[in-house]
Amino acid sequence: MTSKIVNFNLNGRDVEVMAKPLTTLQTVLREQLHYTATKAGCKQGGCGSCTVLVNGEPMASCLLPVEDVVGQQITTLEGLTPAEGLHPIQEAFFENYAIQCGYCSPGMIMVIKALLDRNPQPTREEIIEAIAGNLCRCTGYEPIIEAAQDAARRLNDG
Amino acid sequence: MTESEKKLNVVGKSVPRRDGVGHVTGKTVYVDDITFPDMLYLKMVRSPVHHARIKGLDFSAAEEVPGFVRALTHQDVPKNIYTILCLIGVGPDEEPVLAEDKVLYKGEPIAAILAETEDAAVEAASRVIPDLEELPAVFDVEEALKPDAPILKEWGTNHFVYEGHHCRRVRLGDVERAFGEADYIVEERYQTSPIEHAPTETTACVAKPEPNGRYTVYTNTQALYFTLDNTALILQLPFNKLHFVGGTVGGAFGGKVDVIVEPIAILGAMKTGRPVKFRYTREEEMRVSSTRSAWRLYYKDGVMKNGQIIARQITSYADSGAYNRHTPYAVTKHAANVAGPYAIPNVWIDAYCVYTNRQPASAMRGFGVTPASFAIEVQMDKIAETIGMDPWEIRFVNAYRNGDIKPHQKIVEDATLIETMQAAAEMVGHGLSDRSLAMNSWDREKV
Repeated sequence: MTSKIVNFNLNGRDVEVMAKPLTTLQTVLREQLHYTATKAGCKQGGCGSCTVLVNGEPMASCLLPVEDVVGQQITTLEGLTPAEGLHPIQEAFFENYAIQCGYCSPGMIMVIKALLDRNPQPTREEIIEAIAGNLCRCTGYEPIIEAAQDAARRLNDG
Repeated sequence: MTESEKKLNVVGKSVPRRDGVGHVTGKTVYVDDITFPDMLYLKMVRSPVHHARIKGLDFSAAEEVPGFVRALTHQDVPKNIYTILCLIGVGPDEEPVLAEDKVLYKGEPIAAILAETEDAAVEAASRVIPDLEELPAVFDVEEALKPDAPILKEWGTNHFVYEGHHCRRVRLGDVERAFGEADYIVEERYQTSPIEHAPTETTACVAKPEPNGRYTVYTNTQALYFTLDNTALILQLPFNKLHFVGGTVGGAFGGKVDVIVEPIAILGAMKTGRPVKFRYTREEEMRVSSTRSAWRLYYKDGVMKNGQIIARQITSYADSGAYNRHTPYAVTKHAANVAGPYAIPNVWIDAYCVYTNRQPASAMRGFGVTPASFAIEVQMDKIAETIGMDPWEIRFVNAYRNGDIKPHQKIVEDATLIETMQAAAEMVGHGLSDRSLAMNSWDREKV
């Protein structure tokens, strides 16, 4: 199978990669571009640890052929982190102990980012709905929900 | 705040996690985030059946795959047969790094393939079709102990041998005599299931040969030095040739304490002079990695009308799967706990570590004790129901206290069961008898 040149925008920067057909965005991010904040928990769309934003919408990058994101805006956790300090969602996760092993955290944070962008004051139920596709095997869902509520407060007050 | 509390720097305060900023920014480096330009990938050729004799292996089709580098078989492993608990004196060795003449479970590694890319390694491994003569398999602990069961172990039985005995035995008093004196006999069979830990990060390591002759091993093991020691024994290397780097683990829950990916990845690095990554797929994590073992327990209790248990007889079977891993130790721990935190004068326990043709079981949170606690407490409820007593009260009647003797003949020194139950009853608003409220763990004379 012949590789193709694929262009997309990653965290505000235009990138160009060579990829074989059906190569996933996850593989390109992690193994070609070495953007490893995006995790690879199952590679079958079951755990949410690889969630990135495509034009602001959360998607499982392990199921997304990179050819499908030509010309699109991709945001990973690396793109959320400011030059200094932390993004309010990251601060909320850190300060509310919404992290244990940390492997689900990148996907969780990106899902919460997408939620708060479209719904700045989500209810508890809406937060639970938003993270329904993201597994935390240390089972710290309560602090994650609290962190999302806290992040909403920080963003709305800020 | 008291004067002594004011002097505390950590107790009573929220302390930021040292690794927290790394986790929320994605800058924490996990094993699978590590790559090297000349790194090879390792994939296993695995048994498609539960029990078979290996008659032959043909790598010719695998060698045709572009990117194939080499295969490893048991003949390449310096000390192929091992058992990880040899470090605490458990033996004999019984698990192969790579299968020799037999496979004992579906998914057992038979050969390792090293290739330039993971896709090439998968493709090449899929082209090695082992010539197998399938053998009868056994999947049930009690079936495995019957005389006509297929025998899985060199020493001729399907159970671990504890100092010459068929099982781990605990004996206190005379249960048969006490059963004769009891007002009630309460019997039950309990069964737990195997459970996969399913950590979000799968088991993985990268082994890198260094110019100074050492191997740097990035691994997500939970047991860094335990794994280093076992790996040195398997590879017959001096310990100082291995530099293990770990500590960052994306979930494990006991599922990453076995010595699985490191020895073969290092061997691959030794044979090729290149870094080797061996990472489990999600499917391997679910189907091949160790699980919590399934347990079957039989309880027979002799109980008096006042609720006192005067005799407890237990036969329990741990399904170790095909190999030891941590289960022989789990059974010993189990035997010490399976009668429960109760003062019972006559106890008889036979606890077996049984081999079957299932994927090996091993450690998982409280392993050995967790299934015991399940069976003990359901049994306590059953006794309470049988004799018509409040299930809280029956636990107070039998609660062990400091100075009591445990079935394995250790004196209880640190009992807190009564106080814990009193606090729990208060929290849930359950009324207790005056007697239960007056009890404590250190003074049997009082009540």
